[in-house]
Amino acid sequence: MSAKTLLEKVWERHVVVPETPDTPAVLYVDLHLTHEVTSPQAFSVLRSRGLKVRRPDRTLVTMDHSTPTDTAQIFGGKPITLESAAKQIRQLERNCADFGLDLIGLQDSRRGIVHVIGPELGATQPGKTIVCGDSHTSTHGAFGALAFGIGTTEVGYVLATQCLLQRKPKTLAIEVTDRLAPGVSAKDLVLAIIGRIGVNGGTGYVIEYRGTAIEALSMDERMTVCNMSIEAGARAGMVAPDETTFAYLQGRPRAPQGDAWERAVADWRTLPTDEGARFDLAVRLDAAAVEPMISYGTHPGMVIPVSGRVPELPGDAVFARSLEYMGLEPGEALQDKPVQVVFVGSCTNARLSDLEAAARVLAGRRVAPGVRMLVVPGSQQIKREAEERGYAKVFTDAGAEWRESGCSMCLGMNGDLVPQGQYCVSTSNRNFEGRQGIGARTLLASPATAAATAVRGRVSDPREFLN
Amino acid sequence: MEPINVIRSRTVVLPSSNIDTDQIIPARFLTTTTREGLGAALFADWRYEADGRPKAGFVLNRPEARGCQVLVAGRNIGCGSSREHAPWALLDYGFRAVISTEIADIFRSNSLKNGLLPVVVDEATHGWLVAHPGAEVEIDLPGAVLRLPDGRAVHFLVEAFSRYCLMNGIDELGYLLSHADAIDAYERRAV
Repeated sequence: MSAKTLLEKVWERHVVVPETPDTPAVLYVDLHLTHEVTSPQAFSVLRSRGLKVRRPDRTLVTMDHSTPTDTAQIFGGKPITLESAAKQIRQLERNCADFGLDLIGLQDSRRGIVHVIGPELGATQPGKTIVCGDSHTSTHGAFGALAFGIGTTEVGYVLATQCLLQRKPKTLAIEVTDRLAPGVSAKDLVLAIIGRIGVNGGTGYVIEYRGTAIEALSMDERMTVCNMSIEAGARAGMVAPDETTFAYLQGRPRAPQGDAWERAVADWRTLPTDEGARFDLAVRLDAAAVEPMISYGTHPGMVIPVSGRVPELPGDAVFARSLEYMGLEPGEALQDKPVQVVFVGSCTNARLSDLEAAARVLAGRRVAPGVRMLVVPGSQQIKREAEERGYAKVFTDAGAEWRESGCSMCLGMNGDLVPQGQYCVSTSNRNFEGRQGIGARTLLASPATAAATAVRGRVSDPREFLN
Repeated sequence: MEPINVIRSRTVVLPSSNIDTDQIIPARFLTTTTREGLGAALFADWRYEADGRPKAGFVLNRPEARGCQVLVAGRNIGCGSSREHAPWALLDYGFRAVISTEIADIFRSNSLKNGLLPVVVDEATHGWLVAHPGAEVEIDLPGAVLRLPDGRAVHFLVEAFSRYCLMNGIDELGYLLSHADAIDAYERRAV
């Protein structure tokens, strides 16, 4: 038997009808995550064609994107401020009722960002195929699942058939050797990776992150890395399941229990890439050389160390336009640049360990005058845990806003916006023009860098706060 | 969706690389529950001033852009969010094809499913198109050929299955549903 990669093993398990030169494969989807923004038109197609949802038991539905993070609007009976968002939420409730789907609704204690609650509930498991109408579905690859974002038309296909038409993607191995230095996070690593291979470096590929630095990461950290695979153009990123993966999943509500758990783990141990298996492309990176990173431009490949300077690329009109939007000069240092907003949240960095990293920096300190800091937990469960552990009190004592869970200021759909022209150090995943509000200037960084920046009111290296 | 056979049109050129789907349609327009009318929001932040007036310098606001069905864009168009609202907005505005040297995976897949033809060409052809905005081109889907006004014929890749769906204006759902027996068998065997 020939040596196979993790991707090949997961792929082969899910082929319903093999691909031919003329037709793509029919690929089975184990878990379909659904939310309010990219599903309404898919349900409309089902209605117009008289179709049912094939597997409600494999469809996990929640609301996160346009959903408010203001407690009064979720629990206090205050109307949802954005009428179009309220309508979208009501539409999802109606669609779930009409098609017999369980909805993790607005006030549900299990609600949260779809890519945070899938793993948290134990629904995300090694070897599964997972899709969602959201590009950050790549997050779930941290468990050794093949997980990728799809459009709304495909959301409809999966609702109706539990399948998609796909060609087998190419494989890209990113081997990260050595270990991350103290004070350097998984976010810094993935920003460094995107800076290295570029925002289109992974187009057409599924990435497998490998090597000692990856093996040493926690599940939260692996999720941060896989989450941003799409920012390098790769629809999916994967990490081989190991003891860290199993320890995370054991006992979670939707994970296998009892004998089924033992059988599942035995099976999952067969998934990692075989010795000698071939990747279509391979890249190597030394983790020890990675420093705290920050973005300076308008795509996630435009990154430098916090201590670095904006590059100089004379004659590049696109680059010049990007810097003009950001209000930055070639050669300028970002460290000590004043910022007005700090956002800790998103499917990239709103899990408990992210909040812990921010709280460690903020403990006993205050957010600088003139800076608005927003902390938005990834799920209601994380919110409760952060409150029990005292992180929430650290944030509120420091003068930060502590919100209900949701996508929030990552994409500003729910009214959580960065004002025009202001700088926001954000733990989210995209620094595109206007992403956090019209004219907003996003600087992507880790939770620790965000917290250090909030304290000083200026872009700061978190390591000076951790010694 | 509208079947595609041959598209003959002048081009509109947006030479920037990495035009992400947040630029094609900003997130604040995604609270809709239908797919109609999104053309008004296409490139909203590049196209309109804060008060809603058109920005004079933006290419789509120039008279010669009216009626153009082919968008020529810089490398890696459609990166970022999976929002299908991006091809919906382009189609609703009137575009039928997007030409670039590289098109992001999810955007490409979403475009094919809605009758917006993604055409990937070599650097030289792209360079010529960028240098000649408004050029009258012909995109022949059955032949998978892009014809330039100087007579050059440039082949592009389009998968046989996608081409069949695009030329017949059908989506893939019928094809998937026709495999219901195989899906049943798979579920009995594997799930």
